[in-house]
Amino acid sequence: MKEKNGLAAERRTKTILSVVLGVICVIYVLPVLTVVINSFKLNTFVKTDTFSLPTGEMWAGFSNFIKGMTFGNYPFWKSVFYSTFITIVSTALILLFTSMAAWYIARVDSKICRAIYYLCVFSMVVPFQMVMYTLSKTADSIGSGSTIGNLAGKLGLSVSGPLADFALLPLNTPYGIPIVYLGFGAGLAIFMFVGFVKSIPLEIEEAAAIDGCGPIRTYFSVVFPMLRPTMISVGILEIMWVWNDYLLPYLVLDINKYRTIPIHIQYLKGSYGTVDLGATMALILLSIIPVIIFYLCCQKYIIKGVAAGAVKG
Amino acid sequence: MKKKKPSSGGGLRRPIQKWGWLFLGPITAAFALGFVWPFLQGIYLSLCKFRLIKDAQFIGFGNYLSAFQDASFMHSFWYTAVFAIVSLVLINVLAFTVAYFLTQGIRGSNLYRTVFFMPNLIGGIVLGYIWSMIFDGILSRYSTSILLETKYGFWGLIILMCWQQIGYMMIIYIAGLQAVPEEMLEAARIDGASKSQTLFKVTIPNVMPSITICTFLSLTNGFKLFDQNLALTAGQPFVIQPDGSSIKTTEMLALNIYNTFYGQNTASKGVAQAKAVIFFVLVAGLGLAQLAFTRKREVQQ
Repeated sequence: MKEKNGLAAERRTKTILSVVLGVICVIYVLPVLTVVINSFKLNTFVKTDTFSLPTGEMWAGFSNFIKGMTFGNYPFWKSVFYSTFITIVSTALILLFTSMAAWYIARVDSKICRAIYYLCVFSMVVPFQMVMYTLSKTADSIGSGSTIGNLAGKLGLSVSGPLADFALLPLNTPYGIPIVYLGFGAGLAIFMFVGFVKSIPLEIEEAAAIDGCGPIRTYFSVVFPMLRPTMISVGILEIMWVWNDYLLPYLVLDINKYRTIPIHIQYLKGSYGTVDLGATMALILLSIIPVIIFYLCCQKYIIKGVAAGAVKG
Repeated sequence: MKKKKPSSGGGLRRPIQKWGWLFLGPITAAFALGFVWPFLQGIYLSLCKFRLIKDAQFIGFGNYLSAFQDASFMHSFWYTAVFAIVSLVLINVLAFTVAYFLTQGIRGSNLYRTVFFMPNLIGGIVLGYIWSMIFDGILSRYSTSILLETKYGFWGLIILMCWQQIGYMMIIYIAGLQAVPEEMLEAARIDGASKSQTLFKVTIPNVMPSITICTFLSLTNGFKLFDQNLALTAGQPFVIQPDGSSIKTTEMLALNIYNTFYGQNTASKGVAQAKAVIFFVLVAGLGLAQLAFTRKREVQQ
């Protein structure tokens, strides 16, 4: 009898717990809901009636979204494009080159490999502020009108405009900044890949070598597919980092020409005395919708990737 | 003559090494450009007086002296330290509690986990603006603002960081809690241990590695915080010192370094770089302490 009571009591505590956590969850979502309701509210009411629904005279329809598109002297779609471009290219570069290097480092035991590996581990504990000034100056000096540009000029090729930014890969443009991300973000990726490659039995690669695969083919047809789980983890960590990063692109890019979403949103407040909060909230909503969709689609991988990255600090 | 024993990859080794330039080349070049060179140059410039890199003049340790004598830097250091410790305690206690309850097999655990983790994907700048709207929405009823009082700025940032980080730490704690052997918990139950005894004597000692990781992570996150700080208060309110300089009362270390670099005083770049080196030593020290701590624990197990 007592046992039965105990079970019933436990079930009751579990239900209570579930309800309590459910309430906390609702509170947790409130900030996002506040963004949603305020993005449909006329600017003048955002500050005074932040938490009321946009009804009656407060209702702004989609005007905040339309205004937000060109708000701040810079079209929003351009920021979205550059953010997407930089995130995809940087992540792809990091995944390809760090996994290649990690495989080599894990399989070849030489001084150079060890040096690169320890430098990478070291770079993980260096905060960005340590290198931000010199890194942005380095990027500028290899930027437009730089060595490559001058060289091209000497060869009689005068290049300028967006085409030149694309062709010459100056580091201070969205087309060159993935190289900066590759350099500054290599540490964690190499660390995670080396750890994983070391757990792959060597016999598989030896079999491939006996079957006549050269190192390049061994890597791309045998090792690369096996790295998939770590690829996903590293990829997600890099996507989250690059997409949300503010300071690095802000310091490296030419802000008048190129902006990412975080820079765009920071500039809404930064440059004007009075901010159109309604339009700001509309843009914030637009910028978090894709993130939330991405999260709901790959939730399993994201949580796994984050946990894997955390263990390494 | 030292004869090297053929390593386990003997048969594979020679052909790979011919391709070393291909496998290591791109990453080494990018790494040298994006990290090694700026890092070394940064150390050198912290010992120089400069407005532009090309007219840097070596002056020794003067910049470090100025950095330590800078009242705003010392203020931001203590502010950051207090912030990091308060946020560390709150985030970890709350995250562990949530993780503990979510592993008790209650209904809706997965949904709750999804919701709690969600704020992590939103970037720091966006988070800052969301919360500054919310806090101002509340505080405007009392005709004040988050920018007007240091304590509002401090607790506002704490609330923001809790909202963002609890889900992250919770994930690590859940992984740790799920790895506690079921037999151990059952043995405790059979021996008549109460729920709280089981929690403190069995569960917590077993998740110590997760606790170490989370503690250090939240500590270094607190120290390195920048985006959220910039977007929420950007250091406001300011206090004017007797000597005319101002202290930004809610400015943390990273933001202080940034403001010293890119603020109005263009002659202070050397000092800013020295501050950055001090900041690096501090953060790297925390990172290495974590490594040593985890290593020691791994040996013990």
